[in-house]
Amino acid sequence: MSKPKLVMVGNGMAGVRTLEELLKISPDHYDITVFGAEPHPNYNRILLSPVLAGEMSVQDIILNDHSWYADNGIKLHVGNAVSKIDRVRRKVIAEDGTEESYDRLLLATGSVPFMLPIPGNEMPGVISYRDIKDTDEMIDAAKRYRHAVVIGGGLLGLEAANGLKLRGMDVTVVHAAGWLLERQLDATAGKMLQKSLEDRGLKFLLEKMTEALISGESGRVAAVRFKDGMQIPADLVVMAVGIRPNTALAESAGIYCNRGIVVNDTMQTYDPKVYAVGECVAHRGVAYGLVAPLFEQGKVAANHLANFGIGRYTGSVTSTKLKVTGIDLFSAGDFTGSADTEEIVLNDAGGGVYKKLVIKDNRLVGGVLYGDTADGPWYFQMLRDGQDIHEIRDHLLFGQSHVGDVGHQGHSKAAAMADSAEVCGCNGITKGTIVKAIKEKGLFTLDDIKKHTKASSSCGSCANLCEQILSATIGGAYTPAASNKKAVCPCTDHSHQEVRDTIRKQHLVRIADIMHFMEWKTPDGCDKCRPALNYYLISTWPKEAKDDPRSRYINERAHANIQKDGTYSVVPRMWGGLTTSAELRRIADVAEKYQVPTIKVTGGQRIDLLGIKKEDLIGVWRDLDMPSGHAYGKSIRTVKTCVGMEHCRFGTQLAMSMGIKLEKMLFDMYAPHKVKLAVSGCPRNCAEAGIKDVGVIGVDSGYELYVGGNGGIKTEVAQFFVKVKSDEEVMEYSGAFLQLYREEGFYLERTCHYLERVGLDHAKSKVVEDEDNRKALYSRLLAELKDAKDPWAERVAGVAKQEYEALSV
Amino acid sequence: MADWKMICTLEDIPRLGSRVVTSAEGDIAVFRTSSDEVFALRDKCPHKGGPISQGMVHGTQVTCPLHGWKLHLDSGEVVAPDIGCARRYPTRIDGMAVYLEI
Ligand code: SRM
Ligand SMILES: Cc1cc2nc3c(=O)[nH]c(=O)nc-3n(C[C@H](O)[C@H](O)[C@H](O)COP(=O)(O)OP(=O)(O)OC[C@H]3O[C@@H](n4cnc5c(N)ncnc54)[C@H](O)[C@@H]3O)c2cc1C
Ligand code: SF4
Ligand code: FES
Repeated sequence: MSKPKLVMVGNGMAGVRTLEELLKISPDHYDITVFGAEPHPNYNRILLSPVLAGEMSVQDIILNDHSWYADNGIKLHVGNAVSKIDRVRRKVIAEDGTEESYDRLLLATGSVPFMLPIPGNEMPGVISYRDIKDTDEMIDAAKRYRHAVVIGGGLLGLEAANGLKLRGMDVTVVHAAGWLLERQLDATAGKMLQKSLEDRGLKFLLEKMTEALISGESGRVAAVRFKDGMQIPADLVVMAVGIRPNTALAESAGIYCNRGIVVNDTMQTYDPKVYAVGECVAHRGVAYGLVAPLFEQGKVAANHLANFGIGRYTGSVTSTKLKVTGIDLFSAGDFTGSADTEEIVLNDAGGGVYKKLVIKDNRLVGGVLYGDTADGPWYFQMLRDGQDIHEIRDHLLFGQSHVGDVGHQGHSKAAAMADSAEVCGCNGITKGTIVKAIKEKGLFTLDDIKKHTKASSSCGSCANLCEQILSATIGGAYTPAASNKKAVCPCTDHSHQEVRDTIRKQHLVRIADIMHFMEWKTPDGCDKCRPALNYYLISTWPKEAKDDPRSRYINERAHANIQKDGTYSVVPRMWGGLTTSAELRRIADVAEKYQVPTIKVTGGQRIDLLGIKKEDLIGVWRDLDMPSGHAYGKSIRTVKTCVGMEHCRFGTQLAMSMGIKLEKMLFDMYAPHKVKLAVSGCPRNCAEAGIKDVGVIGVDSGYELYVGGNGGIKTEVAQFFVKVKSDEEVMEYSGAFLQLYREEGFYLERTCHYLERVGLDHAKSKVVEDEDNRKALYSRLLAELKDAKDPWAERVAGVAKQEYEALSV
Repeated sequence: MADWKMICTLEDIPRLGSRVVTSAEGDIAVFRTSSDEVFALRDKCPHKGGPISQGMVHGTQVTCPLHGWKLHLDSGEVVAPDIGCARRYPTRIDGMAVYLEI
């Protein structure tokens, strides 16, 4: 049987991205034919500005070369526009007469630049700024002529003007409004931008209305005349006054258009056989002019073309950057504001910094940054997440480094970093390597960067920095996914939340069932999704779902930490940091018997035996005769204590005994990530309870509970949760909080990340304010941990024997 | 001369798991995929020598436990953008018996 035919009209960024998405999920579904009016394979239109500025060449910006089409069996007609669609016979007819029939048609015709309807607008030397041809013409003009006039002081106009200036032309930007980028910037910031562009030699004529273009003797444009009678010389006129969705072809075929080809949430036009994506489309009345939303559209369209029928496009918030090297300008969302919004503005004209944040109902809805755009991605993420900002409102304008971020995350300003500076400390990847990959390979997302360069693929602390570099390099084309919508991993498009919900709703109890039901793209997932799915199963259906050791990282499978040389470390549990002479003696004996090379006191108040061979683990555990410290697990680690009222002259509560009770209660508790607690006997806090997932501080009248602290990659101070009187209440409140986290947290989210996502108020409402719910959470936790077994004792008794035995030949 | 040697039965290797075979040439990791194919590679990651036998198996790849490099089980080649290769040993399944050519 022959395959259905898919024809695509318009070989640009949105269309080809749709094909890529389609090939990813359903490679053999269609016979694909593509028509492109331009004589090139798909290239990165955004990067025309660096090409014009002489920073890149046309070769550098090709995204899919001819061999890509050939390798994927796509028939490509370049330099051949489609001039007619016959919807009755289901075929398209191209300018040169070529005909192709279709079962599905994808329109991706982009936009056409708007040309001012003034006399002379069709003369040689008058162009728009849209494609390689325009760019070539500008480069060529710069070699032969002197005076350039750019009409339009928007992003595109300024990028054109900057490029022409760098190529040696004398450039004047003509703009109708009173200041540049009047839609993004207010007057003050617009003037600041103008000043810095003037310092680079650009000239500006504001509040000028162009009346006519005057030709010279050769017939080429020679001057621009304004309504007030003024006239300036011009050998090249670039019109950058706006774009219009390119709907001519669709309209001529009778497909309903209204400010764009009208599509529904599945990117289908009024003709169900015809889909449309990109700038030519009007979705819910909006036509987008930046690539990020177009890529989202492409993903949805591909899914429906592949007959999967999942996913709807519901519109996008966009952000953009001015791509003029050395000038930082970022804007996102609704940056103009309205009657029901508030604004926070920082205006430091001397320092060349302007920041405006637009806020509505305690949420960020838009913003403009000029001069210092390092926090752009951070604001944009909050904007997309709809995060409540009232708690950080005071510091919001000063950026991420002012809201408790003392780690290296986001601290360095991406734009100011040298190319040789190391971004990813784990993999030794420099900024230069990342920028190069973004440009050469056409990367658009953090996942792309991880895949192609490895940066941020290990500890992840440089993710933010990579996002800044991405946004600085490709501008508005970069959009982070909203946190709760991020796909678990490349094996699926579903988010952690969707997976959790589906497991509960469909009562799924096996990994294979989840993958089948949710249409995983890989046969058995990968090392990222399988551990997450395994955790979601056992935390949702505790006694029912069976743990899958094959979906656990080696440390959790072997119950010991793997070391760089392939040996393991063993950290026995010392409840609350206490030990005995008998235990110490056994540890010493084991160390001698198994020739343990290193014995170390850990940061978690216990002893680590490092360098043990896998086949010795069982023997070591047997001889130690101490329970597992779970130093290897996404599970309860330690409950750190201070000496407390038991000994200390300041102690107000029995910290050691409280700590031991908590640690015994939580023994063998698996969680989305590791969990650490501490109990201090008084506010001097010698057990460092302020940076623990749950910190307990004794005071004269009882205990203060703190949650969401973290002392790791990014230090996070725990937040006050509740004050309680008795030991029993400490157990109940902290147990209920941890159970909430276990049931709602995403895999690899520490409590601080979980709280950042759901808000402290949410946790308080479920645990502190709702007694019934608290008791229910607490009893679920206790029920689950009731028969907890020591994994080491089980293995000494023979469980999973194979794991520790080698075969031989 | 390489010889076919029986090392274990299919059941001895967990599905989506592996076993280590010690040999005069060093450790060899023998993997079993979800579709019961068996592959053998030298148990040494081309990155920094990590024991790939301890990694997670998915599809026909294994992820090294130390820094997450991925290797193709059928060729021993590392998945791009990383570069490297672990030596491959031929395997054969006869009934339930697993043979390794070494
Ligand atoms: C052994 C120990 C260092 C030491 O010698 O003191 C240690 C060793 C490791 N830590 Fe740690 N951490 C140790 C205390 C800490 C502490 C301090 C503490 O607990 O008081 C912290 C900061 C506190 C915190 O977690 O909030 C800490 C923050 C981390 C992090 C970052 C976590 C984060 O959320 O930012 C990681 C990475 C991870 O878990 O993903 C990590 C990961 C690791 C791993 C497991 C890396 C790995 O995956 O192989 C190290 C294992 C080494 C090995 O080969 O055995 N280790 N690690 C400490 C064991 C404590 C224990 O008794 O269980
Ligand atoms: C200089 C410049 C800088 C930009 N900078 C940014 C930026 O920083 N960030 C950002 O997000 N966006 C930027 N953009 C916008 C971005 O490039 C567009 O949003 C994006 O390319 C639109 O994709 P598309 O597929 O809808 O249209 P296009 O990429 O324009 O593709 C449409 C293609 O269809 C072809 N076509 C039209 N009609 C027919 C027909 N009848 N038959 C065959 N082919 C046809 C056209 O020739 C064209 O090649 C920039 C644009 C320009 C011009
Ligand atoms: S023990 Fe912790 S801080 Fe030290 S090297 Fe390992 S992960 Fe890094
Ligand atoms: S040793 Fe295998 S990934 Fe580093």
